[in-house]
Amino acid sequence: MNAIIVSALLGVVMMFSGIIVKSKSAQSVVAAAGLLLLLIANLLNSYGVCTIHINTHEMFHFEKFGMFFNTIAITATLIYVLLSGKAIENTGVNVADYYALIFFVLCGVSILSSFNGLLMLFLGIEIMSIPLYILTGADKRNLKSNEASLKYFLMGSFSTGIMLMGITLIYGATGNFALGGSVTPPSAGGLAPQFSFLEIAGMILLFVSMCFKVSAAPFHFWTPDVYDGAPAVFTSFMATIVKAAGFIAFIRLFESHTNILGPSWKILLAFVIIATLLIGNITAVFQQSVKRMLAYSSIAQAGFMLFALYSANDLAKEGILLYSAAYSLATIGIFSVLIKMNDYTFDGFNGLAKAQPVLAFATTICLLSLAGIPLTAGFFAKYYMLASVVKAGGSLWLVVVAVLFAAVSVYYYFRVIQAMYFKEGEATTSEITGGFKTGLTLLAVLIILIGIFPGMVLNFFYF
Amino acid sequence: MVPVLLILIPLLTGLVTFFLKEAKAAKGFALLSSVITLAVALAGIFFLDAKELAFDAAWLPDLGSRFTLMTDGMGKMLCLLTTVSFPIIFAATYNNEYKNSGSFYGLMLLTQAGLLGVFLAADALLFYFFWELALIPVYFLCSIWGGEKRIAVTFKFFIYTFIGSLLMLVGILFLYFHTADHSFAIQSFYKISLDGKQEAFIFWLFFIAFAIKMPIFPFHTWQPDAYEQSPTATTMIMSGIMVKMGIFAVIRWLLPLFPHASVQFADLIIILSIIGMLYGSLIAIRQDDIKRLIAYSSIAHIGLMCAAIFTHNKIGMEGVMIQMFNHGVNVIGLWIVADVIEQKLGTRKFSELGGLAQKAPVMAILLVVMALANIALPLTNAFIGEFLMFNGLFQYNMWMAAAAGISVILAAVYTLNMVQKVLYGNTVATTENATEISGNIQLMLIVLVIVVIVLGVYPQPMIDLTKDTVTAILVKR
Repeated sequence: MNAIIVSALLGVVMMFSGIIVKSKSAQSVVAAAGLLLLLIANLLNSYGVCTIHINTHEMFHFEKFGMFFNTIAITATLIYVLLSGKAIENTGVNVADYYALIFFVLCGVSILSSFNGLLMLFLGIEIMSIPLYILTGADKRNLKSNEASLKYFLMGSFSTGIMLMGITLIYGATGNFALGGSVTPPSAGGLAPQFSFLEIAGMILLFVSMCFKVSAAPFHFWTPDVYDGAPAVFTSFMATIVKAAGFIAFIRLFESHTNILGPSWKILLAFVIIATLLIGNITAVFQQSVKRMLAYSSIAQAGFMLFALYSANDLAKEGILLYSAAYSLATIGIFSVLIKMNDYTFDGFNGLAKAQPVLAFATTICLLSLAGIPLTAGFFAKYYMLASVVKAGGSLWLVVVAVLFAAVSVYYYFRVIQAMYFKEGEATTSEITGGFKTGLTLLAVLIILIGIFPGMVLNFFYF
Repeated sequence: MVPVLLILIPLLTGLVTFFLKEAKAAKGFALLSSVITLAVALAGIFFLDAKELAFDAAWLPDLGSRFTLMTDGMGKMLCLLTTVSFPIIFAATYNNEYKNSGSFYGLMLLTQAGLLGVFLAADALLFYFFWELALIPVYFLCSIWGGEKRIAVTFKFFIYTFIGSLLMLVGILFLYFHTADHSFAIQSFYKISLDGKQEAFIFWLFFIAFAIKMPIFPFHTWQPDAYEQSPTATTMIMSGIMVKMGIFAVIRWLLPLFPHASVQFADLIIILSIIGMLYGSLIAIRQDDIKRLIAYSSIAHIGLMCAAIFTHNKIGMEGVMIQMFNHGVNVIGLWIVADVIEQKLGTRKFSELGGLAQKAPVMAILLVVMALANIALPLTNAFIGEFLMFNGLFQYNMWMAAAAGISVILAAVYTLNMVQKVLYGNTVATTENATEISGNIQLMLIVLVIVVIVLGVYPQPMIDLTKDTVTAILVKR
C-alpha cells in the first residue's frame, strides 16, 4: 500500500514543485529524492516495518512478489532519472510535470503489482497508460512525437475498450470482479469444471488486450512507431519499467485463470510466443536506426518474458523478476548513451570506442546482457525463463526455437558493438560529464555482478 | 588451490594488461604472466596428487551449481598444452606490433583463463560459463586485429558457435532437471539415465555444439575464413587449443552422458568425420595461401580424432589423447612459420614465394620437420597418435579405416607441395631480399621440434598421463 499512496502523493508534490523550484536541474534532484523516499517506503512495506493500512475490501492483495517488483521498478526509475535526468530537462519546458507523470506511472505500476480484482487491474492499466500518452507527445514541436502520441492514445484506448469488454463478460458470468472467483477446483472424480461461454470469451478478450499492452505479436504494431516517435528518453522508460509492469499484471491475472481456457491455452500462448520472437527478431535485423532496432528488440524480449506465463511455476516468477531487472538495467543503459549520440543510426556509432571508451564499454556490457551472454545479468534472466519451461516439461521444442531466436538477436545487438569497436568513424556525442561516465560504469559493474551472483538480487527479494 | 590459480593468474593479469599503455610493457607482462601460469601448471601436474588438484566452493546455491574444478589425466594434458602454448605464442610473435597492444594481450590472457576453465570445470553450468568466456575475447581479438574481411568472417564464427552453445545450454537444463539431487555437478550428471528417444535428442543438442567447435563436416564452414582472417597469434590459439575444447567436451561430457546414443550414432559421426577428412585434404591441395592450407589440413586432422573417439576402443582413445597434444604443438609450429613469412615478406601466397631455403636455411630445416610431423612420418610425434587412431578405426571397421587412410596420402601431397613451393625453387621478387628468422622465433621453433621428436620416439609419458581418463571412459560403457 505504501508504494501506491506515496507515489501518488509525490506526483502531486512534483506538480507543485514547479511553482516553488524554478531551476530545471533542481527539479531533477527533487525527483531523485522523491524516488529515494518512495523506494524506502516500499522497502519498509516489504520488510513489514511500517505499513499504511487501509481496508481495500479484498481489492488488493499485497504479497512479496508484487512488492519486490515495485522495488525493482522504483530502483530502475531512480537509475534512469540519475542517468538521463539531463535529457528529461532538455525535452521541454515543463520538467516538473514530466516527473509528476513519471510518479503517476509508478502509482499505476504499484497497483498492477498488487491488484486482486479485475476492476483494480483496469484502474492500474489506465493510471499507468494515460501519463504515458502525454509523455510520448512531450516533444511538442516534433511532428513524429505528436503522431506517436496520438497513435499510442488511439490504439491504447482501443485495447482498453477490449479489456473492459472482457471484464464485463466475466462479470456477467460470475457476478464479481475477483480473480478466479467462480473457479472451483477439479473434483477428485476427474470432472473438469465447466465454464460458461461468456467467461471464456471474456478471458480471450483480456488476453488480447494484455498482449497489446506488452506488445506481443500479433498485437505489436503500435510499438515500433510509438517507441521511435517518442522522445528517446521517454522511450527508455516505456520500454523498460512500464513493459515489465505489464508482464507482472499479465502473470498475476493469468496464474489464477488459466484453467478457464483449458488445454488450448498453451497452444494459443505458444503461437503468440513464437510469433513475437519471430517478428521482433527478424524485423530488428533489418533496421538502420538503433532506436528502432531497440523497439523491435523490446518486442523480441517480450517473447522471452512470455515464457514466464507459459511455464507458470515458481522458477518463472523468480525469473520474471530477474528478467525485469536485467532487461530494464541494460535497456536504460543503452538508451542513456543513445540520447547522447548525435546520430541514431548504426553508422552514428562508428568509432565510438576511440572517442568515448567508457561509453562504448558500458554499452557493450548492456548489449551483451540483452543478448544473454554469460557473465552478464541477461544470461541468468534468459536462463531462468528457459529453465522454467524445461522444468514444466513437455515443451523442449519451444525452448530450442527460442534459443535459435536468441542467436538471431546476437546479430543485431552485435552490429552496434561492431560499429563502436571495429569500424572507423567519427562518432559525435553531446557533452559527456564525468558523473555520467561514473554512473554508467557503475551500471555496467552492477550488470556483471548480477551475472555472476544472481542470488544477490534474488536472495535480497526472498530474504 | 592450484586449479584456481591456473584460472585466476591469466584472468587477473589479463585485466591488468588492459591498462598498460606501453606496447613493450604489455608484451613483457603477458609473457611473464604466461610463464608463471606454466610454472604453476607444471608444479601442479608433476608434484601434487589428485586431491590437491581439485577445488570446490559454493557459487549459486539456489541453482544447485558449485564452483567445482577437477583434474584428470586428460585435463592435465590439455592444461599442459594450453600453458605451454601461450608462452611460445607470445615469444614467437614478440616482434609483431599491434595497435592498442594492451587490449590485445589482455584479451589473449582472458582467452587463456577461459580455456583453462573449460578443461578444469566439473560443473555443467560452470563449464558453460567458461565455454563462452573463451569465445568472447577471441571474437574481439579477431574482429579488431584481423584481416580485411574480419568483421563478417568473425561474426559468422561467433554466431555459429553461439547457436551451438545455446543448444548445449538447453541440453544442460534438460539434464539438470533429471538429476536426482538437482545439481549441475558432473557426478550427478553421470548418474542420469534417460530413455532412448530423449537420450538421442539431447545427444544431438550437445553434439552440434561440440561439432561446430571442432569443426566436423558439415559444420566447418566458419573455420577456414576465420583462421585466415584472424591475427596469427589468435589463429594459433584457435586451431592449436580451442578446437581441442570440442574434442575434450565430447570425451568429458558426451560419451559418459549418452552411452547408448554415442554407440547408436557412431557410424554416422565417423562417416561425417571421414567425409570431412577427405574433403579438407582435397581442398587443401588446391590452396594458394599458407594459412588456408593449414586451416583445411586442420579440418582433416580433427576429423580423424573425432572418428577415433567414436570407435569406443582403448587404442583409438589413447591415440586421440596423444594426438590432441601433438596436433596442438605441430599446428602452432606451422602457424609460427606462416606468421613469420607473412610479417617479413608481406604475402602468404605460394605463387609469390620460393627459394626461401637459400635465404633462411635454419627456418627451412625447422619448417621441414614441422611439415613432416604434419604428414605423420615415423619418428615424429604425430605418427604415434595417427597410428593408434587408425589402428582403432581399423578394429572398428576396416573399410572406414581404408577410406580415412586416403587422407594420409593427401596430407603428404599438400604438405610437401607447400614445402616445395615455399622453400625450394628459384627465388622470386618477394623473396629476393629475405633474411634469416630472428633468434626468439628460432628458439621457439627449436623447442617445438624437440617436443615433436621426443614424443615421436618416446610417447609413453603422454600415454601414462592420460591413462586414467581412457580407462574411466571405457569402463563407463
